[in-house]
Amino acid sequence: MEKNSPNANSDKDAPVSDGVPAPEGPANLIDTDYVIGQDNVTTRKFGLDVDLHGKVFTISSLLVLFFVFITLALQDEVEPIFNAIFSFLTGNLSWFFLLAANIFVILAVALIFTPMGKVRIGGAHAKPDFSYLGWFAMLFAAGMGIGLMFYGVSEPLTHFGTALGGTSMENGVRTDWAPLGAAAGNQDAAMSLAMAATIFHWGLHPWGIYAVVALALALFSFNKGLPLTMRSIFYPVLGERIWGWPGHLIDILAVFATLFGLATSLGLGASQAAAGLSYLFDIPNNNVTMVLLIIGISAVALLSVLAGVDKGVQRLSQLNMVLAFLLLAFVIAVGPTLAIATGFFKNLGSYLADLPALSMPFGREDANFSQGWTAFYWAWWISWSPFVGMFIARVSRGRTVREFLIAVLLVPTLVSVLWMTAFGTTAIDQVINDNFQGVKDAALELQLFVMLGQLPLTQITSFVGIVLVMVFFITSSDSGSLVIDSITAGGKVDAPKPQRMFWAIIEGVIAIALLLGGGLTALQTAVITTGLPFTLVLLVACYAIVKGLLSEPRS
Amino acid sequence: MFKKIMVPVDLAHTELLKPSLDLAADIAKLYQADTCYISVTANTPSSLAKTPEEYAQKLEAFAKEQGQLHGQKVSSKVITSPDPVADMDDAILQAIDDTDADLVIMTTHLPRRLDIVMPSNGSKVASHTDVSVFLVRHSD
Repeated sequence: MEKNSPNANSDKDAPVSDGVPAPEGPANLIDTDYVIGQDNVTTRKFGLDVDLHGKVFTISSLLVLFFVFITLALQDEVEPIFNAIFSFLTGNLSWFFLLAANIFVILAVALIFTPMGKVRIGGAHAKPDFSYLGWFAMLFAAGMGIGLMFYGVSEPLTHFGTALGGTSMENGVRTDWAPLGAAAGNQDAAMSLAMAATIFHWGLHPWGIYAVVALALALFSFNKGLPLTMRSIFYPVLGERIWGWPGHLIDILAVFATLFGLATSLGLGASQAAAGLSYLFDIPNNNVTMVLLIIGISAVALLSVLAGVDKGVQRLSQLNMVLAFLLLAFVIAVGPTLAIATGFFKNLGSYLADLPALSMPFGREDANFSQGWTAFYWAWWISWSPFVGMFIARVSRGRTVREFLIAVLLVPTLVSVLWMTAFGTTAIDQVINDNFQGVKDAALELQLFVMLGQLPLTQITSFVGIVLVMVFFITSSDSGSLVIDSITAGGKVDAPKPQRMFWAIIEGVIAIALLLGGGLTALQTAVITTGLPFTLVLLVACYAIVKGLLSEPRS
Repeated sequence: MFKKIMVPVDLAHTELLKPSLDLAADIAKLYQADTCYISVTANTPSSLAKTPEEYAQKLEAFAKEQGQLHGQKVSSKVITSPDPVADMDDAILQAIDDTDADLVIMTTHLPRRLDIVMPSNGSKVASHTDVSVFLVRHSD
């Protein structure tokens, strides 16, 4: 294909004069002949317009169909294979995940304090597209929401139990699941360690992972003029080769991880929500309920996707923030308020004090904890990072790097500390002071509701809890559909509406297929194993961020 | 009768827009009205421009060319949006207020069954604004 001027217009009928120069100064554009959408297939079928990247869409679709098929048809053969790969990764390569995540956090925190923090995403004169509150609500809903709901109660309790139980050895190797050196028999120390370990998993590290991807994508798209897809991060390393197969592979992997990550979490989430509904309102916990839940969640996500980022995703995220804040305030008020208030600072302190030991990649004695919890989480979140990172990038134009990192890294960490402290302390307090074992004995998805059952106004708070869980699933589904739509359209965010509808619907369909046919957990394992290649992608992103920022003018 | 005409355009599809562009030129000449060409574009790089600023420059050049056709005063305005496909209608409605237009001339597709789920931009704009709207149909 012949390319002439750097600004070659793909529409040869446009009466615009050729060679209109790109604006200078405010942003440092990368000079490439690639025209976004040049590899796209644009046709009209059945009265609907399509605008898709030929290779990425076709291959990802085939890959998705293939995996769904083999998981449904050959579940018994396939599941052990996925599990074996997964065990290998978290067992042998846990050091790699931990080391990489530390690099991401250190880079992200360091950038806040360097002069490079003054660079503005989108160029020196760009204005933010959203208000602070709307922007923050979307970051949070995309990044974390659901996890806090389920693990907010169960994780502190679990670590408290294992830490209190102390260490146990067999042939010189630890077999217990306690973090670090445990805290046998010491309730205060066990609580401290439990909270530090929990906050470690929901604090700087996961947000550092998302921040690195989001920043790299935002810089290379809004400042450097490359399409908003994963492949653009590789420009400093691969150059023009990203438009060929290396780039296709990265984008295909991103679509695979996002689509299956969303479908499996939708399916698993539906089963958790069904269990909650059954416990609270005696709604029968069977496949019918779960399928209806998935259909309901997908339908609302579909409406949200049609309404767009501003009126759909943002409004739902803000609704979630309000409900979550109300629930949090309620728990703080009726729970052990003083313990929570002092606990916030105490836990923040324990977290920072234990951080070096918890994040140490080498020489870990607490193998079960560092591999089964930490490495597992890191791999999982790294596999989600293309989705979360791309969505965060899309809504962050106009912010300076410093603003961006504080909002993506520090603020959510503080919110997580507060949330974990409130819910975790309340749950542990129920066990210690009220001698209530109900929460510990309940199934994971019910623990939040059992805990709320011990506080006043149970019907209301549980209802709010269920609504929160469902709306967090909806916001994941709608932002995820927009991300997949963008990657499969070659980086265009203005692909025809039917395309984004297709992705929202297909996620629900896949979730239902796997729920009914079995294989949700197997595929989730497959998704988490993509954490390995994506860790390499993120390490490249770190390099790209530094290189990219160094060549940008400061705000 | 009209003092300010607003013409929403999409620089990627100017061939399709020819009917409304010609019509706008004719009406501008007839009423000696000013014309403002507006466009809603993504804030991410697109096939036409790597930054919204570059798109604005292209739109301005386009407007000047149109101005040479009808000899009336022209201006241009770009509205950037993180989700142009979804925000199109509201952006156009907002632009009507911002440009003080009293006539909007826009191209729209023929009525389709899919309109129940996704109405065309033209019909939504026409039913939500006080100014006159001229919908120029084109067959696909």
